[in-house]
Amino acid sequence: MTASVTGQARAASERQRSIFKVPLSVALSVLVALFFVAAAITPAALSTHSPFDTDLLSSLTPPASDHLLGTDDIGRDLYSRIIWGTRQSLLIGLGAMAVALTSATVLGFAAALAPRWIAEPIDRILEILLAFPTLLLALLFVALLGPSATSLLFSVGIGTAPGYARLIRAQTLKVKSSGYVEAAWALGHPGHTIFRQHIAPNAFRPLVALFALGIGQSVVWASGLSFLGLGVAPPSPEWGALLEAGKANITVAWWLEIFPGVAIVFVALSFTQIGRYIQDRLEGTLHQ
Amino acid sequence: MPVISSGLDMVPADDVQPRSSSNLTRRILRRLGATLFVLWGTVTITFLVLSILPGDRATILLNIRSGQAIERTPEELAPINAAYGFDQPIAVQYIRYVSGLLHGDLGASYELQRPVLNIISEQIAPTFTLAIAALVLAWIFTIPWTLLTAGRGARLGAFGSAAETILAGLPQYWVGILLLIVFAIWLNWFPVIGGTGLVNTVLPTVTLAVPLAGFIGQSIRSEFDRAMREPFVLSARARGMSAAGVRARHVLRHALIPGITLSGWAIGHLLSGTVLVEAVFARPGLGAVLVNAVNTKDFALVSGILILNSFLYVLINFIVDLIYLVVDPRLRDKA
Repeated sequence: MTASVTGQARAASERQRSIFKVPLSVALSVLVALFFVAAAITPAALSTHSPFDTDLLSSLTPPASDHLLGTDDIGRDLYSRIIWGTRQSLLIGLGAMAVALTSATVLGFAAALAPRWIAEPIDRILEILLAFPTLLLALLFVALLGPSATSLLFSVGIGTAPGYARLIRAQTLKVKSSGYVEAAWALGHPGHTIFRQHIAPNAFRPLVALFALGIGQSVVWASGLSFLGLGVAPPSPEWGALLEAGKANITVAWWLEIFPGVAIVFVALSFTQIGRYIQDRLEGTLHQ
Repeated sequence: MPVISSGLDMVPADDVQPRSSSNLTRRILRRLGATLFVLWGTVTITFLVLSILPGDRATILLNIRSGQAIERTPEELAPINAAYGFDQPIAVQYIRYVSGLLHGDLGASYELQRPVLNIISEQIAPTFTLAIAALVLAWIFTIPWTLLTAGRGARLGAFGSAAETILAGLPQYWVGILLLIVFAIWLNWFPVIGGTGLVNTVLPTVTLAVPLAGFIGQSIRSEFDRAMREPFVLSARARGMSAAGVRARHVLRHALIPGITLSGWAIGHLLSGTVLVEAVFARPGLGAVLVNAVNTKDFALVSGILILNSFLYVLINFIVDLIYLVVDPRLRDKA
């Protein structure tokens, strides 16, 4: 991005340029996301200490060169714990999103494409489920399944699914009533061909963006439940569990509460930014 | 549902356009029907989910009360099953449950052995205050921010919307932790451990309002930008109205519409957002009760709070829809 471009010309060339060059915020987001993906795959390579070794002589030390982000009440290195917690945090987010999108896709397609006597009740049920806030729906399932990583994954997935199902339904209805589908009907293509060649690809395309957008949010929800003590329990370095464990020492060790949250925020913002970017690009190509 | 029907009576008859008045009534009745349907649905789904849950409710109930986790003999379970009607066919349980709800009876808490409604009504005041205060504060943040940054060129708009994206993406609990550390622990401006007084309410309110302001701001901004390109802006300017006047009087009014929809949605979500915020600030309220109930598997209490929350959510959205129909005449003719 050269600074010499004037405002008017800049706005006009913005769209064209973005085809060749990724905006700075997206590039940064990709770097952040890659860092956490790397941390999830090979935590040992990125961490400086063992996440479980205790060292009572250096407990609750503030961030310094030896312990980058400080230590907890039994002297474990916070930076290494956050790195080692990445895998579980991301996997729960990813799994929740998979649960949410799978059920949302089935329900959304059914509500848009099935015969009226199936579509109508599904649509009504979605409307009812949307009256439950995400967190409360998730809490209901945590209560039923008991607190654990698996139940967290399903609870967050089920909690976020109704909203996604509605989005997919709306998108499918839009595609279904579009000119090219109408043209395909007029040409006498059978229904399953139209679904396979026209409706499914065009209705699925926005899901790529939705998936990226949703992972960040799922990580936020799941960590929130762990923070409430209803998800992964504290000895684990899952980020919400780190926040939950640090609560007791909040008055003396701020780093224990700030940095795990920074990790959650980084993941949430970077995945959201990437999702938005994909969304914009897809809309761009659809309009051309 | 007396609350809804009395609310309906309060809607002023449309004297200005008598032609569309029956249209309006029909639309309101249709919305009312849909609202009652969703209410019935939330009750039924909650009931079904809890009835088909894994694990015997009588065992859970006994274990909650004794603080143990052991198998129970049929002799121990029989009186509980009889008292709570768990031995009845599911249809009978359902009818009892629904008729109880219609009489304002949400059942008795497994753990505390008191009516759920009493527990909720004791705890709802601080939670509801917090949710409403947060919504108001979010609007107070959003309106000047939108007026200052929206529709004033690409650069300022990009800055404004980037700020909104970041705020909307912040987890509420972490915002709370941040504010708690900075303003309560470092600066000592507020008490660290929460009560429900005014001083204790400031930080929780800001915590909930900040991400919400981001959300509302996002939806208002795109509508604001769209309204800025409408011909009425040009004609108002041509009549000699100042640019700031047009923005505040005409454009903002259009931009508020999606924000109002979002506010209806937000209240339901604020009530659940308070769960996390109350945990951060150790503030008493419905959230603390709910977390404890989920922990102990006190399903009567969990489902009571869930039903109440969705009831409020549906009711508020019904009112928002009514406000629309009254405020925006364009919607009436779509009937």
